[in-house]
Amino acid sequence: MSDTVHPAETLSPAATDGAGPNGAGLGLRQLDDAVYGPMESFPTRRWWLALAATGSLAVLFVVCLVITVGQGIGRWGVNQPVGWGFAIINFVFWIGIGHAGTLISAILYVLRQTWRTAISRFSEAMTIFAVLVALQFPLFHTGRPWNAIFWLIPFYNDMSVYQNFRSPLIWDVFAVGTYGLVSLMFWYIGLVPDLASARDRAADPTRKFLYGLASLGWVGSARAWVHYEKAYILFAGLSTALVISVHSVVSFDFAAAFLPGWHTTIFPPYFVAGAIFSGLAMVSTLVLILRPMFRLQHLITIRHVELLNKLTVATSLMVGYSYVMELFMSWYGGMEMEWFVTVNRAIGPYAVCYWVMVACNVAFPQLLWIRRVRRTPALAFPIVIGVNVGMWMERFVIVVTSQHRDSLPSSWGMYYPTWVDYGLLAGSFGVFLTLVLLFCRFLPTVAATEVKADRGNSHRPAEGDVS
Amino acid sequence: LDRKLAESMVAAVAPPSPSSSPSQSIELVILPHHAVYDGRGSFANSAWLQELPDPVSRIVWGNSASISPATASRLGLAEADLVEVAVGGAAVRLPVVIQRGMADDVVATTLGHGHTAGGVVAVEAGGANLAALLGRQDPRCPRVAVGVTLKKVGPAAPLAVVRTQKERRQHGRAIALAGSLAEYRRDPAFASTHQHLPPPGDTFPPYDYSKGPKWGIAIDLSACVGCGACATACQVENNIAVVGRDQCQRGRQMHWLRIDRYEDGPLDDPDIHFQPMLCQHCDTAPCESVCPVNATSHSGDGLNEMVYNRCVGTRYCQNNCPYKVRRFNFLRYGQFPPREPAGELAYNPRVTVRGVGVMEKCTFCVHRIKQARYEAYQAGAKIPDGRIQTACQRACPAGAIVFGDQNDPAGRLGSLIRSPRSYRVLAELNTKPNVFYLARVDNPAAGPRPGDAASQPARMEQGDSRHS
Repeated sequence: MSDTVHPAETLSPAATDGAGPNGAGLGLRQLDDAVYGPMESFPTRRWWLALAATGSLAVLFVVCLVITVGQGIGRWGVNQPVGWGFAIINFVFWIGIGHAGTLISAILYVLRQTWRTAISRFSEAMTIFAVLVALQFPLFHTGRPWNAIFWLIPFYNDMSVYQNFRSPLIWDVFAVGTYGLVSLMFWYIGLVPDLASARDRAADPTRKFLYGLASLGWVGSARAWVHYEKAYILFAGLSTALVISVHSVVSFDFAAAFLPGWHTTIFPPYFVAGAIFSGLAMVSTLVLILRPMFRLQHLITIRHVELLNKLTVATSLMVGYSYVMELFMSWYGGMEMEWFVTVNRAIGPYAVCYWVMVACNVAFPQLLWIRRVRRTPALAFPIVIGVNVGMWMERFVIVVTSQHRDSLPSSWGMYYPTWVDYGLLAGSFGVFLTLVLLFCRFLPTVAATEVKADRGNSHRPAEGDVS
Repeated sequence: LDRKLAESMVAAVAPPSPSSSPSQSIELVILPHHAVYDGRGSFANSAWLQELPDPVSRIVWGNSASISPATASRLGLAEADLVEVAVGGAAVRLPVVIQRGMADDVVATTLGHGHTAGGVVAVEAGGANLAALLGRQDPRCPRVAVGVTLKKVGPAAPLAVVRTQKERRQHGRAIALAGSLAEYRRDPAFASTHQHLPPPGDTFPPYDYSKGPKWGIAIDLSACVGCGACATACQVENNIAVVGRDQCQRGRQMHWLRIDRYEDGPLDDPDIHFQPMLCQHCDTAPCESVCPVNATSHSGDGLNEMVYNRCVGTRYCQNNCPYKVRRFNFLRYGQFPPREPAGELAYNPRVTVRGVGVMEKCTFCVHRIKQARYEAYQAGAKIPDGRIQTACQRACPAGAIVFGDQNDPAGRLGSLIRSPRSYRVLAELNTKPNVFYLARVDNPAAGPRPGDAASQPARMEQGDSRHS
């Protein structure tokens, strides 16, 4: 559609304010053009530049993995007593990122929050990519990933040796595996009608064939829609439970362990709130970057940005409450080692990380109470970037500070990450953003059929509706 | 070293120094190294000895110049500063180590380092050669000199001082327990009063150990002098890798048995506690429940077993072990370099060599247990008490370590376990360890100590008012 004017450029600023339902300022054709246009035109220069940057980081990720597997985990900073380092921090971080996607696509769907349709596809994709990235870390953090990939999964084996179902790591395999698969299927089901639209619009026979294949022969009959709606609500229900369960189980890795600072019952709700918080911040970050980049301002409006920011400040309060309760319980519990870990977090060698965490996750997000901050991308952007940083620091504080000074002072030590650790952290962003960019290129970034349905339900046909 | 004794000794052989500048009053004492002695080839070229930590400073790989905290502050020196120690026109450069409990105005260092030849390990061990200073002031008293100057020449190289234990104090925790003779007479079971044992109850059903032996170890802290012979014996016996200076600095030393050293009491004259720390073979082992692939499990005779072939290296067991005795092969430590084709002959053929990415730890010398069990089976008899001796037990010069069957009421181990001094480290965590420590009893008032009576160390249990 490179010969047509991009619909965003024909719109008044008021149309991007998003006061009405999703896509209110657009005709159906304009809406289609907005969603499918980027898929059908040759990639812009900006896209190629962005891909070059993220692709380089993705290559760095692969290089660091090759070094790790080739020479051993010793290339990382992990040691005795800090057996878990960046890899587990990154794992929890990325799994957390995925949560907002499921929250937006599933919980908000079940709650009939129609505004979600503008960003649901996008955040679901983010979930899939975040889980994909997250899964690399626990695998490659093992000393022998070539064995771990088989032995952590209950395959039949001749020795009749099975997994230890008392281990939270096994619970993790099942929880994250289920989450990844259900999220993938949920995302794909939502994609089918839009892929069919892409197929119908495609002029190139190869594209037509490929999108046709991917859309599973969708014809858009009433019968197909009925089945589709049923499947969609089913998966939404399943995913709703998973939002709660997955990060609870991830938190068991710590809570069911024995270490002072990990062995706390507050971890499941604390981790879920933190996961949704960090995930919302990542959605906001990407929305604020990609909105101008792909000119989606009329679909993902300021109203959506504001609603995301409202959710962010709400979850920030939950996270802040968790911090306070964790502090209180470690004192109230009366166990000397537990209290020592808490104090050590705040004033020990890693105190900077702790206070960055508190500032970024609890203090700065309170600015989102101000309406102008919520509705101005330039003001909200540094806050949500701060939340991304702060939530990573939270995992660092939990993982590292608990281990580095535990029961026997004779074994206390420090954890210093190596360049391979930093390479994997930067590289994981590269892999994630590369997947996001490819997604924007090849798949509809907005659930066009849902937006249309939402618009239809509102009984407010907009001007220029020609379909 | 008794300062007055040294001073009088030196005063007898050296003319009094005309100058009175502070640095002139410093004495140099050159000691044999705790592990490589004078650095003769068979010692200096042994990586086992180079990686055996100093009993008190816990320093490995190389030598250093130890001074007291007061001397360090007077001279404006910090830990790991590079100093030039000069006497009689000769000088040697050494990294500074601040050692609490040392006499002031003394700099102590050790022989046996600074090799330029004598084997790969001896040369790579680094350190400084003290030969230039030996007998420089008086040939009749070669290892002592007075009027030594210490001059800071810059920061030491990054890995000049590597300690395997960074934290000195117990932080009021009841870990290495000791009491005076008076305390012992008042209450022989004084050690157990420091621990608050949890109410009985376990998540998982307990093992039944009644049908056979249940192995255990008792360690008498009164006898232990912290020499580390047990640690090296264990290393030799169990094919434990030496990892080198850099890996030790990163906290990756592989010793299955280590000596923990704690300081209590005043900074200038602390009381030193030694505590051999090894896998406690807990009945309710925290490591066992968290391994996702069942690579560590419990045997019917009370051993916490490690199945190397099954281990995938999640390191969860290491995190969950409160004693931090599990050791991970972060790199290919067990692999001999190609230039040593016969190197594998150095291995004990009865113990598996571990590969990269695998967790390992003390086995209670399970191969010795199996051997004894096989012999007993052939003879149709029970394993006699004392037949099995672990490598650490055999090496201990003080006989502080005793291995045996806890189910044998007449056994030596049983009598030690029943001692009122017996306690278990971190028993309050309900790990139910099978290593029993016998609290140290000493009589500080009886023997002469350097300094006056006011510097008597405060006992750890006095400082630990929570339990009183």
